[in-house]
Amino acid sequence: MFIPAALGALLIVLPLAAMASRVEWGEFFSLISSDSSRAALWLSLRTSAVSTLLCVVLGIPMALVLARTSFRGQTLLRSLVLLPLVLPPVVGGIALLYTFGRRGLLGETIEVLGLQIAFSTTAVIIAQTFVALPFMVVSLEGALRTAGHRYETVAATLGARPTTVLRRVTLPLVLPGLAAGAVLSFARALGEFGATITFAGSLEGVTRTLPLEIYLQRESDPDAAVALSLVLVVIAVLVIGLVRGSRSSAL
Amino acid sequence: MNRTLATLAAGLVLTTVAACGSSDSDSASGDATKAPETTTITVFAAASLKDTFTEIGKQFEAANDGVTVTFNFAGSSDLVAQIQQGAPADVFASADTKNMDKATGDDLVEGTPRDFAKNTLQIATPPDNPARIASIDDLADSGVKVVLCAAEVPCGAAAAGVEKAAGVDIKPVSEEQSVTDVLGKVVSGEADAGLVYVTDVKAAGDTVKGVTFPESAEVINTYPIAALSGSKNAGVAQAFADHVVGAKGQAVLATAGFAKP
Repeated sequence: MFIPAALGALLIVLPLAAMASRVEWGEFFSLISSDSSRAALWLSLRTSAVSTLLCVVLGIPMALVLARTSFRGQTLLRSLVLLPLVLPPVVGGIALLYTFGRRGLLGETIEVLGLQIAFSTTAVIIAQTFVALPFMVVSLEGALRTAGHRYETVAATLGARPTTVLRRVTLPLVLPGLAAGAVLSFARALGEFGATITFAGSLEGVTRTLPLEIYLQRESDPDAAVALSLVLVVIAVLVIGLVRGSRSSAL
Repeated sequence: MNRTLATLAAGLVLTTVAACGSSDSDSASGDATKAPETTTITVFAAASLKDTFTEIGKQFEAANDGVTVTFNFAGSSDLVAQIQQGAPADVFASADTKNMDKATGDDLVEGTPRDFAKNTLQIATPPDNPARIASIDDLADSGVKVVLCAAEVPCGAAAAGVEKAAGVDIKPVSEEQSVTDVLGKVVSGEADAGLVYVTDVKAAGDTVKGVTFPESAEVINTYPIAALSGSKNAGVAQAFADHVVGAKGQAVLATAGFAKP
């Protein structure tokens, strides 16, 4: 049992270690601090933060509807909401293109409103939110179901209004789940590549996020690509640490 | 650090190979005695050659009994990196001389590479040409959404050369990774125009409209081909390169819009 387990662990750890061994440590900071790298990192952090916020705002009501109500077609709806988790991101990008693109389903409506989504940072945020939202919904719905609604019922019998119950009872109860969902959404948004390159394009400071920058640097400067990849690995490790921290404090 | 890693990696690979190989070995050796003599060559070719080389490969197989041609189509810089890492390739066809030079520089090429095709840039617009693009100067107008290749990839370098030759300064809304990505943005109508190769416009058929501009002649992409020194079937590899340079291969390339070298 330990041999296959060790092989599995090696399969994950070995490529990361191999990549780390290829980093030109002497030039590491100059490689990751070039103008284009800094622009990409800053754009990634900004858009991921906004996407995470959107995931929180949209994910809380979605999780509540899925966990606290029951209606016909709920199972189907849940499966549909989780679709971006398993969909190849490129497919998501194509779907978004045909929805928000200039010739897409909502394209003309959006253009009439004077908004430009194509090739804008907004497009990046839409793509990131699309792929990250299920993480929020799954974490939060799980937390809501585990918490049950006994405390909510008690609060209601004591005369608390629904909004007060939500604010003072439900949300504090599921706060660890909410935090874990937010951190996972942020991580997913940060790593988003396929939907962004398909839907938003790639322009420095506007739509070229860190994964797109890494992909492009590979063409001309592999050392910089490796160094930037390591930056993303470090961020991912930090994120996993955060989630584990919030999980263990919840127990 | 590196040696420990290498040992670990070797151990992992050996274990996996041993585990997977044991059951297959008997049947494989059994087949080899029955099957007729076949030779398979692997051709590493630039992504823009996908349609033409697939057809040329079929021609070559039909003309040479027992020969199978398999392809690996990707960006030329990716291909040359794979060849440098020891990928089992017999022939390399690059979309530019720069990447072929990398292969010759590392002594991976048999003989001298031969040029077999030329390609130039063309403006691609959606079929209805919504921004009424008629020349390369129109691409510099503000309000026109233009998509180019990033300067890091060959088509982007070509676009920069054309801009310089025409004396225009295009401000693209996106710098894409490959010609295919540029074309995708134009086909979907997201962009008003993009700079791609003549052959891409031709291959895209009715989904885009091509606008020719005289300055495109200033930047010509040359495609070289060569058999590789690592080939185990040097004769067949050389014959394939000869076929591409020869009359039949050239006819296929000309139909697709490539210019003669």
